[in-house]
Amino acid sequence: MSFLLRRLAFYLVAAWVAITLNFFIPRAVPGNPVQTILSKYPDLTPQAYKALSQMIGGALQHGSLWSQYTAYLSDVFHFNFGTDLANFPTPVSQILSQAIPWTLILVGTATVIAFLLGTLFGILAGWRHGGWLDRSLPVLMFLQAAPYFFVALILVYFFALKGGWLPSAQGYSAENVSPGWTWSFISNAVEHSILPAGTIVLTSVAGWMLQMRNVMITTISEDYVVAAQAKGLSQIRIVYTYAARNALLPQLQGFGLALGFVVSGSVVMEIVFSYPGIGYNLVQAVGSKDFPLMQALFLVITFAVLIANLLVDLIIVLFDPRARTKEAK
Amino acid sequence: MSIWRSLPVRAKTGVCLFGFFALVAIFGPVFEPFNPGFENQNPSFSLNPPSLHHLLGTTQLGEDVFSQVLTGTRLTLEVSLLVGVIATVLSVLVGVTAAYLGGIWDDLLSLLTNVFLVIPALPLLIVLLGYLSNQGQTPTVIVLAGLGWPWGARVIRAQTLTIRNRDFIAASRETGEPTWRIIVFEIIPNEISLIAANFVNTVLYALGASVALAFIGIANLTSFSLGVVLYWAQNGNALQSGDWWWWIPAGLVIALMGTSLVLLNSGIDEIGNPRLRSSRETGRIGGHRIWTTDPTPVLSQLTAPRGRVGQFAHAFSRSSLLDRAATKNHADGAAEAPAATPTGGEIL
Repeated sequence: MSFLLRRLAFYLVAAWVAITLNFFIPRAVPGNPVQTILSKYPDLTPQAYKALSQMIGGALQHGSLWSQYTAYLSDVFHFNFGTDLANFPTPVSQILSQAIPWTLILVGTATVIAFLLGTLFGILAGWRHGGWLDRSLPVLMFLQAAPYFFVALILVYFFALKGGWLPSAQGYSAENVSPGWTWSFISNAVEHSILPAGTIVLTSVAGWMLQMRNVMITTISEDYVVAAQAKGLSQIRIVYTYAARNALLPQLQGFGLALGFVVSGSVVMEIVFSYPGIGYNLVQAVGSKDFPLMQALFLVITFAVLIANLLVDLIIVLFDPRARTKEAK
Repeated sequence: MSIWRSLPVRAKTGVCLFGFFALVAIFGPVFEPFNPGFENQNPSFSLNPPSLHHLLGTTQLGEDVFSQVLTGTRLTLEVSLLVGVIATVLSVLVGVTAAYLGGIWDDLLSLLTNVFLVIPALPLLIVLLGYLSNQGQTPTVIVLAGLGWPWGARVIRAQTLTIRNRDFIAASRETGEPTWRIIVFEIIPNEISLIAANFVNTVLYALGASVALAFIGIANLTSFSLGVVLYWAQNGNALQSGDWWWWIPAGLVIALMGTSLVLLNSGIDEIGNPRLRSSRETGRIGGHRIWTTDPTPVLSQLTAPRGRVGQFAHAFSRSSLLDRAATKNHADGAAEAPAATPTGGEIL
C-alpha cells in the first residue's frame, strides 16, 4: 500500500470514529438530553420534535440502535445535519455554510503565517544558537503558554479599546457594509481579522519556532553539513538547502499533529471577538443547549483538521524522497 | 545540590516559578482577606480599582478579586495535576501494553492512539461536557483525562519498543517472571524520565483546556477557578469598561503557570539532548563571539575584537594608527576566503 493511500485510509477511520462518537455521546450520557431540550424549548413543533429525535435519538426514536446508526451515517454523508433548535426551522447546514468561510479563512491564513514565521525564526535561532533570537525564546514561551483567549483580551484592550486603531469585535461592521465580493466589504473584513489573526500568530509562533530550532540544532552537527562547510559553500546555501530542508520534515509532521491544538485555541478565541465563525457558533450552541448544531460543528471541525492533515501529507510526499520511493514500490 | 547545579537555567526558572504557584495554591487560601464568593451589597464596593483594602480591586458584585485569584490558583492547579496524574497513568498503560504485547494489540491500540491524536480535543470536550454540564468538577476531570492520554501513549510506546528487546528483559522472561512484573518492575522504571516529561506536558494541556472550558461557561460557575473568574469578568464586560484588575491577574497567573511548565519541559529536553543547551556552549575568543556553526576564526580576525563602542573609543588611541592597515587587509580578505574548519566551538 502506498504512503498516501495508507494515510487516506487512516483519516477515513478517524472520521468514522468521530461520527460514531457523535452518534453515541448523546445516547450514552447519564440523564436524558431530550428532556433537557424539551424543558428548554417547551413549544417545540412536531417537525422540530422529529428533527430532534433524528439527531439525538434516545427515547424518542423508534427502531433498533443499528437502524438509527445507519440512518445517521447516511444523513452525515448527505450533509443533512437536521434542523437548528435555537433558530427553528433553519437547517443546521445553512448555519454551517455561513460560519465555515469565516473560520476557514481566518484560522487557515493565520496558521500558515504562524507556521512559516515560526519555522523561519526557528531556522535562525537554531543556526545562531545562543544568539539574541534564541535567547528571546522564554518571552515567546510565555505567549505560547498563555491561553489564546487571554492574549486576545490583551490585544483587544490595547489595540482596540485603548488605542482605537482596530475594531474590537465582529467579522465586519454590519452597519457600513454588506457581505459580498466588493472591495469595501473585503477590506472591512480584513481589518476586522487583524486582531484575531494576530492572536493566533502570537500564541502559536513560539511552538513552531522551538520545534524547528531543536531539530535545526541537531541537524547542524550532521556530517553532511560539516562537509558542505568544508567545501566552502555560502552560509545561506548551507542554512537553507542543507540544514533547513532536512530539518523541515519533522516540522511538517508536527504541523499535522499540532493543528488540532491551534484549531481548539481558535474556537475559544472567537468568543472574545464575537467572530461569526465555527467556534463562536459552537459555544452559542452549547449555551442554548442547541445539540444538533453543536454536534454538526464538532464534525465540521474534525473533518477540517483531517483534510488539513491530508494536505500536509501531500506536502511531505513532495518534500521527502523517502515517502516518494515508498510510493513507487 | 549538585543535581540542582547541573540543571539548565530554563529548568531552574521553571521549577522556581512552579514552586511559587504550588505554595500559593497550598497556603494562599489561608491568607485570603475575604471569602471569594462574598458579595458586598454596598454599591460603593462595586468595581473598585486596586487599593490597600482590596489588593486587586473588586468585581461588579463587590467580590474581592485577590481572594478569587488565590482560590482560583488552588482549584485550577488541583484539576490540572489530577488530570495530569490520571492521563499519564492511562498513557503508560496504553503505551506499554501496546508495545509489550505487540501484534494485533499493538496495531489496534496504536490506531486508537493516532485517531484520538488527530481528532481535535477541545471541540470534543465541549460537546461531551455540553451534555454533562452542571454536574460539577468530576465529569470535567474524567473527560479531560480521558482525552489527554494519546500524546504520551505514542511516545511511551516507542520507548517501550526499544527497551523490550534488551537483554535484561529477555533474561527476566527466561527466569519466569510474570508479564505484569516485567512491565511494572523492569520496563516502567527505565522510562521514568520520559513519563515525567509527559506528565508535565499533560498538566499543561489540562491547564489550558480546563481554563478554556470554564471561560466559555462549561464548568461549575459557582466555584472560583481561574477560568471561572475570567468567565465572570467577560460576562460583566470588564474588558469594555476598562476594569483591567478584574481579568488581568487571573490571566497572568494562568499564563505564568503555563510558562513554568513550558520552561520545565524544555529544561527536561535539554537534559536529554545536551546539544540543545544554549549560550553556555557558545564562547568568546579574544572578545569575539564564536558560534558553533562558524568557521574557525583566523588570527587576524581576533585582533579586532571590539564592539561598536569599543571601536569608537579605540579610534582615539595611539595604537589605532598601527592596526588600521591590518583591519583593512582582513576586511578585503574575508569576503573571498571562508575558512575551512567548521566547528569553532570545539577549540574552546
